[in-house]
Amino acid sequence: MKLRIEPDVRPVITSALALSGAVGVFALAFGVLAVGAGASVWQTCALSFFAFTGASQMSAMSIISTGGTVSAALGSGLLLAARNGVYGLALSPYFGESLGKRLLAAHFVIDETTAMMTAQTNPRLQKIAFWTTAIALFSLWNLGTLIGAVLGGSIDPHTYGLDVGFTAAYITMLVPHLRTKNGRIAAAAGGLLSVVLAPFLPVGLPILASGLAIFVGVKPQRDRVTA
Amino acid sequence: MNMSWTLVIWLSVGAYAFKMLGFVVVGSRTLPDVLSRCLMLIPAALLGAMVLNGTFTDAQSVVIDERAIGLLVAVVAAWRKLPLIVVVVLAAAVTALLRAI
Repeated sequence: MKLRIEPDVRPVITSALALSGAVGVFALAFGVLAVGAGASVWQTCALSFFAFTGASQMSAMSIISTGGTVSAALGSGLLLAARNGVYGLALSPYFGESLGKRLLAAHFVIDETTAMMTAQTNPRLQKIAFWTTAIALFSLWNLGTLIGAVLGGSIDPHTYGLDVGFTAAYITMLVPHLRTKNGRIAAAAGGLLSVVLAPFLPVGLPILASGLAIFVGVKPQRDRVTA
Repeated sequence: MNMSWTLVIWLSVGAYAFKMLGFVVVGSRTLPDVLSRCLMLIPAALLGAMVLNGTFTDAQSVVIDERAIGLLVAVVAAWRKLPLIVVVVLAAAVTALLRAI
């Protein structure tokens, strides 16, 4: 089969696929992490399919894996999911009035689809960027999760240093947020809070408490984005 | 461990609710600047917390062990802009090695 793709669409599709491939690696890691934390393969896959918001899923399962409660895990997962509401606001004008389509599109409003869509300048490419990223990323995220969850059962996370592997994954997720001064302050303050409070709060809550660091955003930032 | 379907269901419902809130319910209105500025800092704060809390605590105590070296390796690898999979594998491998000896 030969697909005819218009020249201006090609780079959009290429970068959507490249991005989705990278995210698939995170999905593998998530699958291994979740199973290591005591989730069944079904629970792990259900999270990727229905919650479909990477950092939230990872943080919730990290908290469970260190012995935190469901409430702490849920709190941190939901806090991280809140930004998708802001993305929804930004993307909303691009979509038509059809409620059905909006309800479906809403499920795919995440970091990557937002970035890909807002990077385009004309409405046709914006739509193509959103939906190719949504479909490719959703497919690979769920496939990666399944593979990770199945493999994860046979791996001892501590022996293979997987816990630090996840920390490394968080660092790569953190990098884009360090481009602004407020981002750097929030990351440092959140990190410090989570360590300093550890002896005084039940496991998992220090992560939630680090959310207080977002109030550095009350003051507008003056520095330019550098990258 | 504390894993349960309760967590799966509520995280799924909550995540979709947030996505829909901005997209469907609020429609084309905008949030006050200060609110969206703060909301957009959530990932920085929480990821920072997951990195440092995940490295320097064990249950409720503050500790420094092999993970600190693993973290250092990951930071250097990420700073050198190595691909994600390489950063993760390097950090895990160094930690595993230190734990084995």
